[in-house]
Amino acid sequence: MVGAALLVCLLTAAPWIVPAEFATTLTNFFILVIMATMWNLLAGYAGMVSIGQQAFVGLGAYATLYFAIKGMNPFVAVPFAALVCAVLAVPITYLLFRLRGGYFSIATWVVSDTALLIIGTIAVLGGGTGRTMPGLQSLSPSETAHFSYLATWFVALIVVTGTYFLLRSRTGLVLASIRDNEVAARSAGVNVTAARRSIFIIAAAGCGAAGAVLAISQPFIQPSNEFNLQWAAEMLFVSMIGGLGTIEGPIIGSILFFVLQQTLQQQGVWYLIIVGALAVAVALWQPRGLWGAFRDRFHTELLPVGHWVEYVPSDV
Amino acid sequence: MIWLNIVIQGALVGGFYALFACGLSLMFGVLKVINLAHGDMAVVAGYVAVFLCPRLHVAGLWSFLIVVPIFALLGYVVQRTLIQKSIDRDPFTTLLVTFGLSVVIENLLLELYSANGRSVNIGSLIGESWHPASIIYISYVSLAVLAAAVLVLLALQLFLSKSGIGRLIRAVADDQEAAQLSGANYRHVFGIAAAIAFATVALAGIAYGMMTQFAPTSGGVNLLFAFEVVVIGGIGSLWGTLVGGIALGIAQQFGAHINLSYQILAGNILFLVVLAIRPQGLFGRRNSLA
Repeated sequence: MVGAALLVCLLTAAPWIVPAEFATTLTNFFILVIMATMWNLLAGYAGMVSIGQQAFVGLGAYATLYFAIKGMNPFVAVPFAALVCAVLAVPITYLLFRLRGGYFSIATWVVSDTALLIIGTIAVLGGGTGRTMPGLQSLSPSETAHFSYLATWFVALIVVTGTYFLLRSRTGLVLASIRDNEVAARSAGVNVTAARRSIFIIAAAGCGAAGAVLAISQPFIQPSNEFNLQWAAEMLFVSMIGGLGTIEGPIIGSILFFVLQQTLQQQGVWYLIIVGALAVAVALWQPRGLWGAFRDRFHTELLPVGHWVEYVPSDV
Repeated sequence: MIWLNIVIQGALVGGFYALFACGLSLMFGVLKVINLAHGDMAVVAGYVAVFLCPRLHVAGLWSFLIVVPIFALLGYVVQRTLIQKSIDRDPFTTLLVTFGLSVVIENLLLELYSANGRSVNIGSLIGESWHPASIIYISYVSLAVLAAAVLVLLALQLFLSKSGIGRLIRAVADDQEAAQLSGANYRHVFGIAAAIAFATVALAGIAYGMMTQFAPTSGGVNLLFAFEVVVIGGIGSLWGTLVGGIALGIAQQFGAHINLSYQILAGNILFLVVLAIRPQGLFGRRNSLA
């Protein structure tokens, strides 16, 4: 507990301690942590494999841009952008939930591509070529870097702790029952569709918030960047490498991803070849991810979300 | 006449989409694998046709005679090694494996052949077309690709319904455990299905290289179209794949006619409308959805 509090203080003070370019790297790191935590919630706990979460990253970024054009401070717009994504996710679930398994995954991609193309036709938002986020010009570059780091870090903190408490709650139990045996969960009276829908909406809001802080930290907003399929690829890679179905997994995966990126970036395309080969290797030989392997070996959990059945002896 | 031209050009593009999607449909329908590397494999076939065939003194037009058998063999090997191992786990694993393969293939191609566009050399045939009426031009290459798509789908239909191994493939696709209990070696059957799928991927990649230029990153966009074709047409229906391809092609041409930037959007909207009205696809069975 003390360690956690210390870590929170340290990460809050980070932009004043570390060099400026490292603060930018940390910002990108926490954006990835947010996205991967949300993807893990979708896939690892609710069984929905989305390859279209970049739809909500993009919509979150563009909602922030829209509010900023209307005169709102971009930092204030972050929670509203998340809310917009949650609201937009509702009708989308009614369309997507008609499909299961792989068909669902494909449809999420089409939805995201459609969102990209529609946003690209709206001239006010910069069309296909993009435009700069207004409302940040009064800040100096280093102030922008500091504030966008803080915003990203707070969003990440809220998303990760929120996910932790969500999974410890009744909803977490419901999700675990669906994951383990959907038919049994249904027959025990669990409303599977409603549970999935609420998770999809939460994940949309989380990715929307990630998109909002992305739009602030990299304030040139372009459809092909905000709606990039690469976001979905990174979410998938990071969650699977770290360990699907654990809170720690996506965070550890994100750390590994950034370490790889920092050490191998000079190698150009070889960096991506190594990342791709690593994905194949982990999937085949270490399917529970790095954290899963570690946990199996040492029987330890940092953020336990499981429930133990306790034997209470009766007095009779 | 404009509308007739839209339908004709859409159907011609749709023939390519159907050819491209039929391997995906097979992998999806039989192995239940979402192959995220499907588009990249087609691009690899294009590169093999461009760089290997001239060395063997095979003309571009006939390159498929070399590339298709290589890919069929490759399909069997990749299935029995990488893909089978991931199917035995869960759908997440197949996604991650095929995604990893896609990244590796794309970047290896970039490293080896740069980002320059290439195309399969078919001489003067590329520009020739049939001109039946005022504004209607029908490119011979596109027509040949459409014909190839119909032939491949017809051959596959016959193979799956008439031959012994074809029936085994359908049995394993319907109920893997029941087929296994009846003595089918499902891993071998999966290998054969993957070999056929890869062979059609090779054909599609070469067809693409004949119709237009391709680069290492060409796989991604076409993969989205192929996915749309499979879902619009309906899983497990080969004719659905053909109709789905043509429907997508026509929708895109129609969108492009209104505004060039609406081309892909119109295809996506067709997909979403089909999803809303008939989620099992035009020719799919309802129970094939699960």
